[in-house]
Amino acid sequence: MTGHTTALGKPTALINARILDPATSADLLGGLLITNGEITAVGVDVRSNNVPDGAEVIDCNGYCLAPGLIDMEASLGEPGGDHKETIASGTLAAAVGGVTTVISTPDTKPVIDDIALVQFVERQAAQKGHVRVRPMAAITKGLAGTEMAELGLLAEAGAVAFTDGPNTIADAGLFRRALSYATTFDLLICHHAQDAGLAGAGCMNEGEMATRLGLAGIPNAAETIIVERDLALVELVGGRYHAAGISTAESVAAIRRAKDKGLNVSCAAAPQNFALNELEVGDYRTFAKLLPPLRAEKDRLAIIEALADGTIDTITSCHRPEDQESKRRPFAQAAYGSVGLETLLPISLDLFHNAQMSLLQVLEKMTVAPARILDLPAGTLAIGAPADLCLFDAGVAWKIDAELLHSKAKNSAFDGRPVQGRTVKTFVGGELVYDRDAA
Amino acid sequence: MSPSRKFNFPHRHLLGIEALSPQDITVLLDLAEEYAILNRGPEKKLSRLRGLTQINLFFETSTRTRTSFELAGKRLGADVINMSVEGSAIKKGETLIDTAMTLNAMQPDIMVVRHPDSGAVDLLSQKVSGSVINAGDGSHAHPTQALLDALTVRRRRGRLEGLKVAICGDILHSRVARSNIQLFLAMGAEVRVVAPPTLLPIAVEKLGVKVHTNMLEGLKDCDIVMMLRLQTERMQGAFVPSLREYFHYFGLDRAKLAAAKGDALIMHPGPMNRGVEIDTDVADDIDRSVIHEQVEMGVAVRMACLEALAPVRDATSADGPAT
Repeated sequence: MTGHTTALGKPTALINARILDPATSADLLGGLLITNGEITAVGVDVRSNNVPDGAEVIDCNGYCLAPGLIDMEASLGEPGGDHKETIASGTLAAAVGGVTTVISTPDTKPVIDDIALVQFVERQAAQKGHVRVRPMAAITKGLAGTEMAELGLLAEAGAVAFTDGPNTIADAGLFRRALSYATTFDLLICHHAQDAGLAGAGCMNEGEMATRLGLAGIPNAAETIIVERDLALVELVGGRYHAAGISTAESVAAIRRAKDKGLNVSCAAAPQNFALNELEVGDYRTFAKLLPPLRAEKDRLAIIEALADGTIDTITSCHRPEDQESKRRPFAQAAYGSVGLETLLPISLDLFHNAQMSLLQVLEKMTVAPARILDLPAGTLAIGAPADLCLFDAGVAWKIDAELLHSKAKNSAFDGRPVQGRTVKTFVGGELVYDRDAA
Repeated sequence: MSPSRKFNFPHRHLLGIEALSPQDITVLLDLAEEYAILNRGPEKKLSRLRGLTQINLFFETSTRTRTSFELAGKRLGADVINMSVEGSAIKKGETLIDTAMTLNAMQPDIMVVRHPDSGAVDLLSQKVSGSVINAGDGSHAHPTQALLDALTVRRRRGRLEGLKVAICGDILHSRVARSNIQLFLAMGAEVRVVAPPTLLPIAVEKLGVKVHTNMLEGLKDCDIVMMLRLQTERMQGAFVPSLREYFHYFGLDRAKLAAAKGDALIMHPGPMNRGVEIDTDVADDIDRSVIHEQVEMGVAVRMACLEALAPVRDATSADGPAT
């Protein structure tokens, strides 16, 4: 991270905040004390007349103070995609969005399937990152779905989890062995589920809309079949499995059944899949071409229900920057994906404002839940935890303007959307990395 | 040009049937009817589009549609340029938008565009200053084909309303089917689609058609039998087991045609696969088949579309249409 100048030395006291800690369900008015980059006190007792001598005092104006967000899936461009995003620009977007830990994807050029590349990402992040970056590495070499990468060595080098990015491993035998081998080191396998044969040339949700537009559709079953397959394999060989970005009611049902059986599985949903539906595609709007695709309204509602009842563990941005040239194409040829790091919090807060989930529940999906799945020390306001914090105004109304986002690429599926809630300050390891008042 | 020609066509582009009201469709068909008469006479050349430039921009091979648009433009006096982009600029990495902007800089008044991707013509129309006619985009729309089909039917039957129209074959990949479904439904006809389920798009019934997977049931009491071309190169084994089996169950022959009304018209957008979707005997039946008339009406309909779009451009200038 850029300049760790304030981490040591005098403490910082954040006072007059609404403390929200999903790890303990704490929701109280109080303050938080940061010393040497760690949380050293938290609660009602931390107030203006009760801070250590020499501490810097920051008045939070009653805004919400929560653990910094952990985004389990974001593409940061480097290496090879610097024209779309860099670790510097991506982590700046993260800081502005209140995200303090970004789990980066390995679908770069070259693919992160070698320890030197894991180290490259960590080095870039240490030098140029505004927030923490923990890289995921590839499950298979070159994401080709044919040969297992060096999972153990990659993990030792710092890979926090494994995924083939947007690719689905078609070979069930190979996926079984990857899951099985990963148990040796207790590694987390994250998987995007989409059967290539069923998806075919599909570029949006299969249904009336695709039929009218003359676009090839991707049926729900393309996702659900792979989710069901993966769950059957987890049952067979064990392992820690995370379904990355599910989008269908049927996948939700499958995960629910697996959890009821006691399988060690988790899953994520992206904001686009609970905030938008297939109608966004409208007249071939390529910014609404996403993976997984925007689904029917019934699926959107099923995702919300599953977030609320805990079937879906985490909310991830699925941040995927794409330049204009990749998006300004005929729909079938356009790249899929949307930037999302900066809009993760406000779009997710819709769930709270719409009374579908409590504020703590929404925050849990982006803090303690991913921290537990990834076994990270962050995502909590516990004493001794790193002072990764997100101070936000839950009520302020604003309108997303893609041009004002900090990512290099401006392909936001949420451009023009009115939202409520915005980051005010972001701290990483006690250091102020974003301050809206200073911006 | 004759300034006295009065018709109301409030569109800058012709991208699909969806945007057209029944009145718009009638305006185009009425205009085309005049051109159909003109085209049968000895003097076919007019000067209504004199001075205007028409670029036929084809990203996908086409012989008949391109020729039809070329002839239509020339008969109206426009300067017509044909550009086949397939395999040239695109292979050099130029994007659709780049190509559109480049050609737009040459100030064409009308661009006629065909592209293999659904929505591509719509995208291009947002980037150019002239009018755009969709000559077929992916599986999405082919409005002039639907209009020429409607003109052919209207001339033979005197109306479109109340007719029973069966569209048979590869509905899934067909822009002709989608545009015809919209047009005939808008004009008050009853539309059925007949195909094996593998060639039917999901939720096709929500477009307002009746769905049949049996030709005899689908053709029962039909006034119009519209056959679609089967793209044989990508069909076999994937969507249908074999061409033989396809013809057996879904090819139009005398036996299946017997289910339709005795005077039912046989149509096909061409080019035909004889012995695959249509039996030669039926295709060449001079009493029933209007396949060649469709081609003839194609030129008339495209002349109508070109004329209908040209005044919209002129209306924006202070001088109005030149005479």
